[in-house]
Amino acid sequence: MSADPEPKFAPAAKLVVEGVSKRFQTPRADVQVLDKIDLRIEEGEIVCLVGPSGCGKTTLLDIMAGLTKPDQGRVLADDQLVEGPGRHRLVMFQESALFPWLDVFGNVMFGLKRKPGLSNGERREIADYHLRLVGLEKFKHAYVHELSGGMKQRIALARSLAPDPRVLLMDEPFAALDAITREQLYQDLQDIWQTRRKTMVFVTHDVREAACLGDRVFLLSPSPGRLREEFKISLPRPRDASSPELAAFVQRITHALKARLVTSEETAA
Amino acid sequence: MKRTLVVALFIAALILLWQAATTSGRWSPVLLPPPRAVALYLWDALRDGTLVEAAGVTLRRLLLGYAIGIAIGLPLGLATSTSEYMQDTVGALALGLQTLPSVCWIPLALLWFGQTETAMLFVVVMGTLWSVLLATDTGARNIPPIYARAARTMGSEGFDKWTRVILPASLPFVVSGMKQGWAFAWRSLMAAEIFVTILTGFGLGHLLQYGRELSAMDQVIGVMVVIVVIGLIADKMLFSPCERFLHRRWGTGLK
Repeated sequence: MSADPEPKFAPAAKLVVEGVSKRFQTPRADVQVLDKIDLRIEEGEIVCLVGPSGCGKTTLLDIMAGLTKPDQGRVLADDQLVEGPGRHRLVMFQESALFPWLDVFGNVMFGLKRKPGLSNGERREIADYHLRLVGLEKFKHAYVHELSGGMKQRIALARSLAPDPRVLLMDEPFAALDAITREQLYQDLQDIWQTRRKTMVFVTHDVREAACLGDRVFLLSPSPGRLREEFKISLPRPRDASSPELAAFVQRITHALKARLVTSEETAA
Repeated sequence: MKRTLVVALFIAALILLWQAATTSGRWSPVLLPPPRAVALYLWDALRDGTLVEAAGVTLRRLLLGYAIGIAIGLPLGLATSTSEYMQDTVGALALGLQTLPSVCWIPLALLWFGQTETAMLFVVVMGTLWSVLLATDTGARNIPPIYARAARTMGSEGFDKWTRVILPASLPFVVSGMKQGWAFAWRSLMAAEIFVTILTGFGLGHLLQYGRELSAMDQVIGVMVVIVVIGLIADKMLFSPCERFLHRRWGTGLK
């Protein structure tokens, strides 16, 4: 067996969100989900979007992915207009979204098979490499339902990383996991970021998670969804989610979040 | 092994019960022949080839019509699941026609195609098509939207998305629709063969009908047994593997 292939990884991208607004109109509700969002994300940066449920953070992520079209404004990835989903910006969802009709290896291969310019042998090597990266090479031929929640999200991470996207968009990927598994995945994700330096946008409602992972944390407030505050987390990586330094940031962000919630309720009343 | 034994015992008990009924003398042996007579008929018909030939003719019609029904029903079902226009038109038509017992297609098929193989095929296709179409439509509508979203971000669009994501994701529904389609096709073909004599081939339904005309009850029961056995074998060979595959992959129905 040869050593791990050392693929040349694609450089991280910068992502620019300009004046993005989105309104959802249904017969029962008319919600201004996002209101003129401006956001610049630098290459290799991890940006966390935090807010209560319903603040539009998932919608913003969908717009960055190209899965949803904004009513106004635009998203630029590497100065190119985002007009639809593309394999340079892969999404990791809250539920793993792994395909049950494929085994673990088949799932990791799914995105790779749709990436041009590779031979099938190379694709298999890359898939194996990423299974090793998330420590699940032994489960290569397991079926999705045989995996635990944490293992599923690891496979989902491998599936998203394997086609070597420039941006990783993560929509509360660890929300459904238990605390211990989650801490482990924070470490895994930081390790992977150390070697791969992907640009990551991470949506969560967990302030501690945001502070642990993000270079910058943005606070979103609901109806209309707006970016309210920005926090720079100037701690070296790898970070420990339960360190006292981190706790100070968590406290500040939580405080701001609560204040925002009160004011938004007042304006709504 | 134990299960095979139970099945063998069960069948033996049924035959014994049958034998007891015939020896009781309450029913005329013309109406209720003993198991031995039926077995003799089956043996003779197997040896002179009539049974094998009839089964061959029937199965050829069935499999061909079934394949055509699926080939039309699957893509149409996918189409009705996405397009509102297709749903309002073809989807509504399928819903209506599915409630029509497939036997009802026979008079129309005879007038259109005459006493030909095409008429037979038409009836089988009509039996299969609507169930498969509706099941595929339901399947495609019921897949978690997150599958399609994940697929799109990974570069799967259009035809690739339909064949590699939507269709496999709706397999649990599609397989049950195919199973229902098979049952309908099988029934409509038997009805058609009983109704209509076609000179290009005598199927099992014809054998059954001739049995009636000759008052040969051993033949009637013998052919019925063959029809049941073929149905069981088809189920075991075509659908059981599919269902096992689904259970294994989806993790459903496991103990």
